[in-house]
Amino acid sequence: MTTECLVSRQQVLLSVACCLLPLFGCRREIRELNPPISSASRPLPVRVSTLQPGPTMGAPAALNNPYEGNAYAISKGQQLFEQYNCSGCHAHGGGGIGPPLMDDKWIYGSSPAQIYLTITEGRPNGMPSFGGHIPAEQVWQLVSYVRSLSGLEPAATVSPRSDEMQARRAEEKK
Amino acid sequence: MNGFQSAMHPAGVQASELHHLWNIFLCVSIVVYGITLAAVLIAVRRSHRRTEPLADAPSERRATIAVAIGAGMTFVTVLALLVASVATGRTVGTLGRLGTAHLEIDVTGHQWWWEVTYPNSEPDKSIRTANEIHIPVGKPVELRLATRDVIHSLWIPNLHGKRDLIPGRVNKFWIEADRPGVYRGQCAEFCGLQHANMALTVIAESQDAYDRWLEHQRTAAPEPVTDAQRRGRQAFLSLPCVNCHAITGIDAYATAGPDLTHIASRSTLAAGTLINNKGSLSGWVVNPQALKPGSNMPANEMTPQQLNDLVAYLESLQ
Repeated sequence: MTTECLVSRQQVLLSVACCLLPLFGCRREIRELNPPISSASRPLPVRVSTLQPGPTMGAPAALNNPYEGNAYAISKGQQLFEQYNCSGCHAHGGGGIGPPLMDDKWIYGSSPAQIYLTITEGRPNGMPSFGGHIPAEQVWQLVSYVRSLSGLEPAATVSPRSDEMQARRAEEKK
Repeated sequence: MNGFQSAMHPAGVQASELHHLWNIFLCVSIVVYGITLAAVLIAVRRSHRRTEPLADAPSERRATIAVAIGAGMTFVTVLALLVASVATGRTVGTLGRLGTAHLEIDVTGHQWWWEVTYPNSEPDKSIRTANEIHIPVGKPVELRLATRDVIHSLWIPNLHGKRDLIPGRVNKFWIEADRPGVYRGQCAEFCGLQHANMALTVIAESQDAYDRWLEHQRTAAPEPVTDAQRRGRQAFLSLPCVNCHAITGIDAYATAGPDLTHIASRSTLAAGTLINNKGSLSGWVVNPQALKPGSNMPANEMTPQQLNDLVAYLESLQ
């Protein structure tokens, strides 16, 4: 009598791969409960434009967003956007007193470092400086959320629910 | 503490009704359990004596009668408990229908603390506090429950059962305390990481004491007296504190976190997580994430001097 193999080789490989999956690719879900204490101090200058007269002054300082592509940071930023009244001027991304954030036009640059500076240093004609008033980790969370408004963050990390009032149910709106 | 948070020590009309109902259910359950256990033991004993199963007419009839009696008793018991349950529900619910003078308090759930507002038709007389509800003894109180984020549930076992706080709607809830005391309430619907540390204190006191408390809460924050307190106020306004917390009387109006106008008058910090004293206040201000991981208050960078001044100022906010 021949022994019949109930589980094929592919199935074994697939289940092993599934078991190993949690070891990789969950950066989206990382949530640091006790981040290092730091206030949003003035980082090295980040240029808004790469154009400059005379000799090159060196590359802009590398300021990396520790929460790039992190779903928790984006949803946290969404909450802070409301609590710190960013929506008071920028509405829910559509703009009003302040410029819209959901289009692809960036007056002072769209890189995480540039947005970080826009929040901490303020910008001419109305954007206040929040440096020293918001801890650095929260500024980065706001940066992640602001970038997600115009699709600069991976779609899989953006919250499917929005918190503001709307005509349709929250579940139906992205 | 005896009966600090216990449905077995009712301190209000509804809680004592619920306690009666609980006693009835307990007694009935004990009797039913006893009868069932006795029946099982008798059956086990008999099955040993008998070898052949009986299938004649008289034993068939006896079995039918036994089943009928059992079914009848079950029906009567369930009916009795149903009647008791409905009667309790009606009594518990009547408080709101009495139409007597009552007090209205708004309770808003946040992850993970309770915002408590005493509205007044004159807006400057309404007050906003956190994690502490003061009520006068012997007066019906209508709690209007709302939430800013997820579903929470308010449970003050000494005064009443649970009532959920649902996003987008206001749930009403009546309580009345019969005797003065301090009762602990707790969120009873899992609401995230710090659900367990989302407690509040209910202080039932005489009308006079309540009026004094209310009058005091309506006053603005006291002016700093010492130099340290003055520097502390400046630190509060220049550090991230001012972005989320309000203090009446100075330029701090934010509503994301608890109102701190009279923080030193409250017995706990961080929704019942810590006793309100200098040590825990200092620890909390610098790094809340170490004491209540996941809390929405971030860790704050400040100099030791700033911390001492800030704590001196907050401690003066009686």
